[in-house]
Amino acid sequence: MAAKKLNIKDKYRLLTRDLDWEYSYQDRQAAFPYEEFEGIKITDWSKWEDPFRLTMDAYWKYQAEKEKKLYAIFDAFAQNNGHLNVSDPRYVNAIKLFLSAVTPLEYQAYQGFAHTGRQFGGVGARIACQMQSIDELRHVQTQIHAMSHFNKFFDGFQDFSHMHDRVWYLSVPKSFFNDARAAGPFEFMIAIGFSFEYVLTNLLFVPFMSGAAHNGDMATVTFGFSAQSDEARHMTLGLEIIKFLLEQHEDNVPIVQKWIDKWFWRGARLLSVVSMMMDYMLPNKVMSWKEAWEVYFEEAGGALFKDLARYGIRMPKYADVIEKEKEHLSHQTWWTFYTHGQATGFHTWIPSDEELDWLSEKYPETFDKYYRPRWELAKEMEAKGERFYTKALPQLCTICQVPMLFTDMDNPTQTVYRSSQYEGERYHFCSDGCKDIFDDEPEKYVQSWLPVHQIFQGNCGGPDLTGVLGEFYKMNLGADNLDMKGSPDEQRWNQWKGKA
Amino acid sequence: MSKVYIALQDNDESRYIVEAIEEDNPDVTVIHMPAMIRVENNGRLVVRRESVEEKMGRAWDVQELHLNLITLGGNVEEDDDELSLHWNE
Repeated sequence: MAAKKLNIKDKYRLLTRDLDWEYSYQDRQAAFPYEEFEGIKITDWSKWEDPFRLTMDAYWKYQAEKEKKLYAIFDAFAQNNGHLNVSDPRYVNAIKLFLSAVTPLEYQAYQGFAHTGRQFGGVGARIACQMQSIDELRHVQTQIHAMSHFNKFFDGFQDFSHMHDRVWYLSVPKSFFNDARAAGPFEFMIAIGFSFEYVLTNLLFVPFMSGAAHNGDMATVTFGFSAQSDEARHMTLGLEIIKFLLEQHEDNVPIVQKWIDKWFWRGARLLSVVSMMMDYMLPNKVMSWKEAWEVYFEEAGGALFKDLARYGIRMPKYADVIEKEKEHLSHQTWWTFYTHGQATGFHTWIPSDEELDWLSEKYPETFDKYYRPRWELAKEMEAKGERFYTKALPQLCTICQVPMLFTDMDNPTQTVYRSSQYEGERYHFCSDGCKDIFDDEPEKYVQSWLPVHQIFQGNCGGPDLTGVLGEFYKMNLGADNLDMKGSPDEQRWNQWKGKA
Repeated sequence: MSKVYIALQDNDESRYIVEAIEEDNPDVTVIHMPAMIRVENNGRLVVRRESVEEKMGRAWDVQELHLNLITLGGNVEEDDDELSLHWNE
């Protein structure tokens, strides 16, 4: 007689909960040493539920299917010389940024979930973290593989992991994950599992990836969507863990709220790079950063916080500032990269006239008033052969490590500077949000590795910028950097298209 | 009432899944974007195994949804017969 097929709930119970065991001769607290040091109180881990009830056998089955579909598309993209079918070679610079700034975060997420999962006393959460850890490793591999095709034909892809650990703007994403991984397991889950996965990955992997499809890059859109289907599980893990913490003990509520405030602010800062990818780096545009922000942060995040209100959780602190920033973020960020275009591992450019008009249309309140005049000036200077590159090194925020480029959002001509004193030293911040994070844990952030400080201290090659960029960052100067116009990338593209 | 949503890769299987969702949730809004289909609804949305099977003309496991899923928003409940999304307000 054939065995009766188990339903999904029974199968999940047998393949997860029954894997746990009682500690009869070892001290349970010694086995999970980090579980209590953040002050979080867990009374009953069995209350933690994975709504997807994914077990290892189903996980391997469906992940294998996803991989087969994904690699079929990578093969087709390579065989079809997919790089020739992208909308414009400018697009590829968004992929350079993705490879150097985002892909290494997947590796950090893999390490973080492997470690954090180990620290949880509850078996359901441990298994969900284990699967997420494997997912993140898959994401690193598929992203590097998908983008390796471009490395054969375009500059700037050659040393992304070396660059990730050194290059000034890549310290922004790197420090975000370093901060999360240097925290306790529950803060890591709120930082990455909840704040980053639930609200922020959607902004990276949904509208931007839809944009990749719109620009002819089938390899990227497919790894993006394949990764994000795992993120749907990760978001569910993040949401479950926060509800679990809030339901376990009322003392957890203020701790969780503080982490939400911190990590939404840090996340909003991290995403400034995605804002310019959407508005400036996609030649065929799908939606503006502002529109994407409204759908995935204000609408989706707003729904989430309404749902959590019954636990006494409110919207993240400075959500009002974040709301104003959607009008400015992409313009201020791309302008900073444009003016530092001699020190970036990708090309920058002035938006075309059609693109300037599109930005005016999408940002009627701010673009013509504050940002179009800068681009008109840049166009004039470029026409005279005076393409502008700033000679100065930017001052960096000690927390988010973004150069001090953000303005007061009520007065976009005034750059924001905040500072705090700690043990006789002064530390600088781009915002009240970053200053609050420092003031709460100064002993952590005085250890920040700030690229500009390190350059000035002589720790990054040198003594001149060529030494830093060429020897320490391993950029190929004159090929990886400077303006798109006149670059080897552009010249090769024109040859392929018969325009040279 | 907040919106729940689900986004699927724009392919042949998703076409059937979206048809099934529309049939079981008559008020949904379906938005087509490059390479993806986003379906949203006020408060609640359900994907039923039987309806998808009828559209596809074959057996379909609710967990197969992961093959075409991009993202979702809302509290998830899943069993052998359906996956549903909802917000508690």
